[in-house]
This record gives sequence, structure tokens and C-alpha cells, in this order.
Amino acid sequence: MDQTLIIGLLAATLRIATPILLAGLGEVFAERAGVLNLGIEGIMALGAILGFVVAYLTGSLWAGLLAAMACGLLAGLLMGWLAVTLGLNQHVSGLGVTLLASGIALFFFRVLFKGTANPPQIDPFQQVSLPALGVIAPIFEQYWLTYFAFLLVPLAWWILYRTTFGLWIRAVGENPQAADTAGVNVARVRYTALAISGVLMGLGGAFLSLAQLGTATFGIVAGRGWVAIAIVIFGNWQPEKVLLGALLFGGVEALQLRLRAIGLQVPYQLLLSLPYLATIVALALAGRNASYPAALLKPYKREE
Amino acid sequence: MLGWRLEKGSSPLWMRALIPVLSILATFLLTATLLVFARANPFAAFYFMLVEPLSAPVSALEVLVKATPLLLAGLAVVFAFQAGYYNIGAEGQLYAGALAAAWVGQLTFAQTTPALIMIPLMLIAGFAAGMAWALVPALLRTQMGVDEVVTTLLLNSVMLYLINGILNAYWLDPVTFWPQSPRIAPSAEFQVIVPGSRVHFGLVVGLVVMLVLWWIINRTPLGLRMRAVGLGKDAARFMGVNVARMTLVAALVSGGIAGLAGVGEVAGIHHRLLEDISPGYGYSGIVIATLGALNPFGAGLAATFIALVDVGGQSVSRQLGIPSFLADVVQATILLVTLALLLLTRYRFRKVAEIAHGT
Repeated sequence: MDQTLIIGLLAATLRIATPILLAGLGEVFAERAGVLNLGIEGIMALGAILGFVVAYLTGSLWAGLLAAMACGLLAGLLMGWLAVTLGLNQHVSGLGVTLLASGIALFFFRVLFKGTANPPQIDPFQQVSLPALGVIAPIFEQYWLTYFAFLLVPLAWWILYRTTFGLWIRAVGENPQAADTAGVNVARVRYTALAISGVLMGLGGAFLSLAQLGTATFGIVAGRGWVAIAIVIFGNWQPEKVLLGALLFGGVEALQLRLRAIGLQVPYQLLLSLPYLATIVALALAGRNASYPAALLKPYKREE
Repeated sequence: MLGWRLEKGSSPLWMRALIPVLSILATFLLTATLLVFARANPFAAFYFMLVEPLSAPVSALEVLVKATPLLLAGLAVVFAFQAGYYNIGAEGQLYAGALAAAWVGQLTFAQTTPALIMIPLMLIAGFAAGMAWALVPALLRTQMGVDEVVTTLLLNSVMLYLINGILNAYWLDPVTFWPQSPRIAPSAEFQVIVPGSRVHFGLVVGLVVMLVLWWIINRTPLGLRMRAVGLGKDAARFMGVNVARMTLVAALVSGGIAGLAGVGEVAGIHHRLLEDISPGYGYSGIVIATLGALNPFGAGLAATFIALVDVGGQSVSRQLGIPSFLADVVQATILLVTLALLLLTRYRFRKVAEIAHGT
């Protein structure tokens, strides 16, 4: 491979990793607090589609971004009500949130763009370039949301491991009884973690429509939410390793795009499935060492 | 002071019977906001969704047509969930079954083989393909402890790309350029069982599977061991149950049943494989299994109801110009509302005198 190809591959890897990284970091907060947020795929769709709808109607990308985050927040709180307050089965209620969120998103999309064959286009966020030397300069031509996502990794690490709030999150995810005894409000910490997860998932979805594509389509999230959940397990619930998982998925996807471009004699749809298969393989390799938060999937009810 | 208190204990039967009514009422109130936004009358919308389809034989039978794949997908989920295996991959396994059925049905020998052989062959091929697609996540779970929820979800995406690729690369219609498989042989087609409708033999398959599953789960040692694993793996292991083997059996049979749902859509409805043969039946299967309280007969009722919402969603769309995604929203809302209300059946309200605690 020549130099420009590799540079292009790296640049694409960072871009493709962005939405998965954002959603994945959100999922880290939720799962570290002991709640599996399977609403992820639907919350991303909500962020992508409603974020786009609002940006289209108001003419402001920022308004769209805010709307996506607000929708994510609400969906995160709904997940909290179901999993924390009611203590329902997290698998089923999470999938319920996914069905509900994507159903609502598609409903509004159809109501507003009735009868238009092609979805409307907007001017998406532009890439900004960081000063860099010569040939590697194209790697640093990214959307600012990409830079933001990568900066979130050390921030998430710092919050989880260096702040009291992070300590609470890990405590309620490992041993809610002990945390409760120590005076931590288990429900409030879990709600907050789910709210954070929802906002980041909404943001991840909005990146797809407001930056990468400049439009919204029905299958816009296409399983990226499930990939985000996989890389959280792969990354052993640690932000820095989740970043590694996101880059791995992004790398395989970017490679797949290049293979398509050089006209490999394989149906391109099969290449499209490569990143998902690679994620499963990576999961299998990391699977043995996975150390799940001990209280994951377990609702906490205070003894009375 | 007197107050009402929630206490643990099973609720009276009338309250449990009230749950479906309350669920539908609450769902109506919650989704009415969407309908008002879309400038539609919520009462009219729900009339067209839940009542109008049942008022004419043609559309009422169409509900049964829709209920066929939904019932099988729901039963697949019931079987896995009973054993504590969260198979969220019914959608992919359904497509695997559809792919196998479409392939077997269009082979040259199918043209000269009688239906008596072809129909069982289609069912076996579909069941085996669904099992095969469920095998990898099941093995990863039992051998390496990899979470099946994630792997089955990822494999759904993989299967959709696979189907897309196969149809576009190998079965693309050379004349129309439609991505669809060749038509299956007439002897491989499921018979219509109600003349003048699309209700086909697949419904019989679904009902038989429903009865067999009920029998296995409630009346056999295998079912007992499976449920023991579902209730608690450590306790089951202590009872001497081979947990890994039970999990594997539950996962594979579940995948096979989901595969049958795909066979029904190919052999009974479309007579070929199309890209969008399932609008998410596999995911609806999770809704159906949950609403049916993981009981095969409950799944039967729930499948019929969700089929009504689906057919009704089309009808609302036609009559009032509302996006048919309303059906998805109603489905999800009913699921969440019912789950929340079911909690109430585990408690009872009791009038108590509040005692001032030292807290």
C-alpha cells in the first residue's frame, strides 16, 4: 500500500470510530453503574433522525445537536425509570426502549418528509484541520465532534477513577448494598449514569446525520449501537480499551471501503459485514477475561 | 394516619385480568400525543388500528397471515428465555431459514419431487439453517462465556448484509434487476388452508410447535431441567443439571423455530426470497414472548394481538395518512406499559395505619 492510501485509511478510521466511541463511552457509564442500556441502538437512531429533523427545520446544526442530546437524555431517564425504579428485566426493557425510540424517530421523519422520495440534504458540520506536518496532515482533518469524542476518553477515565462521583458509579455497579450502607443514593447515581449514557448515545447518532452524512435515512444506525455494546465488553469496561475497540471496528470498516474501491471480486455487502464479524472475533478473544460489573443486570431494592 | 401501602403478595385474579385493558388504555393515552402532532384524530386512529381490521373477513384473515411468522418468532424466544438464554437473534435466524428454504425450493430436483417430500424438506432445511446461525453464539456462550445478547444482535446485522449480497450478486433478476431469488417449485409451496385468503400451512406449523413446546416445557424432564437453568444456573448445577448442554439445546432449538418462521414466509407468502421478507418479526418475537409471560399459549394470544396492531397499522396509514411506524410505537409502548403494570400483580394494596418509625 502506498503512503496516501494508509493516511486515508487512518483518517477514515478515526471518522468511523467516532459515533461508536461516543455511544460506547455512554454505555460504559451505564454498565459501570450496573445497568445494561440496550436502548442504545434506538437512542442513536433518535439522535440521528430527530437531530436531523430539528436541524433541517431550524436551519441550525447546533439546535439539532442539542435536540439529539435532549432526546438521548429523556430516553436515558426512561431507561432509568424501567430498570432502576421499577426494577424490570434490563434486556427486555432495553429492547423496548430501542423499539420505541426508533419507532418515534421514524414516525416523525415520515410525518415531516411525507412523500419525498429522497431525504432532504443539509449542509453538515465541516471538518476542521489541526496543524500537522506534510503527509500526515490529512489525518488531522476531522470533524470537531471526532476530537471531542477522543478527548472524552481521558475525561471519562478521570471521572470514573479520580472523582467521588466515579467512585459512586463503580460502587453501585459492584456492590449496591455496600454503597447504600455507606450513604450513597444508589438510584440517583444509576439515573445520572443512564442520563449521561443517553446524552452520549444521542450525540453519537447525531454525528452520523449532522456531520458524516448531512442527511438521515431509515437504516442510518445500522447496528452500530450493538457494536458499541460489544466494544464495551471487549474493552473490559475501561474507557481507554473501549477506544481501542472503536478504532479496531473503524479500521476494519475503513479497510472494507478501500477493498470495495479497488473492485475486489466479492459482493460489497459481504465486505460490509466484515466489521461486525471482526467484532465478534475480537469479543471471543477478549471474552475469557471479561470482568463484568458484579451488579450488572441486577435491580437493587433496599431491604425494609 | 391511614394510608395505602404496597405489599408483596399475589393480587386477586380480577386485577390480573384488568392488566391488558389498562395496558391498551395507557398506550392509547401515550401515543395520542404523536397522533395529535400528525394532525390525526386519536380515536379514529385506534378504531382503524384495533377494530376495523376485524370487521371484515378479508382483513381478519390477514391478521392470521401476519400472526404466523410472529407466533413462530415468539415461540423461538419463549424457548430460549425459559432456559435463561437471551437469544435476541431470532431476526437473523429467521432470515437463515428463509434463505435455506428459498435455495432448496429452487433446486432443479424440486420441480419433479412431490409436495409430500418437498414440504418436510423445506421445514428441515429451514430449521437446520436457523440452528446453524444460532450455533456460534451458543458455543461462544457455553465454551467461552461470551454474552449471547451482543453476539446474536451482531449476527442479525451480518445476516442482513449476507442476504443483501447473495440476492444482488447471485440471484439478481437479469431482466428486472430486482434483487430476488428464483421462484420456488410449486411442490415446495405451502398450501393455502383458508380458501380465498393467504392463510397458509405455516399457521398449522406454528400451532403444532406451540403445542409441542408447551408439552416439552411443562410435562417433560427436559423442560424441568431447562426451567431450572433459567431460574438459576448455580442451583441447577447443584441439582446435577448439565447447564452448558441445556443452554446449547435451548439456543439451537430456539434458532430452529425462528428458522421455521422464515420458511413460512418464503413457502407460504412470497414463494421466493426478498430483501425485506421480515419487517423485524424477530424483534417482535421478544415483545410477544414477554407479553405472553414466556408461556407458549400466551405467546399465541400475544402474536395475534401484535398481528392485529401490524395489520391495523397499515389500515391507519391508508385511511388517515399516518406513517405505519405508529404500529412499532404502539408495540413498544404496550410492551413497556404491560411490564410496568405486571409489577402490580406481584403486590397488593392494603390499608394500613402508618406507624411512626424512629427513622
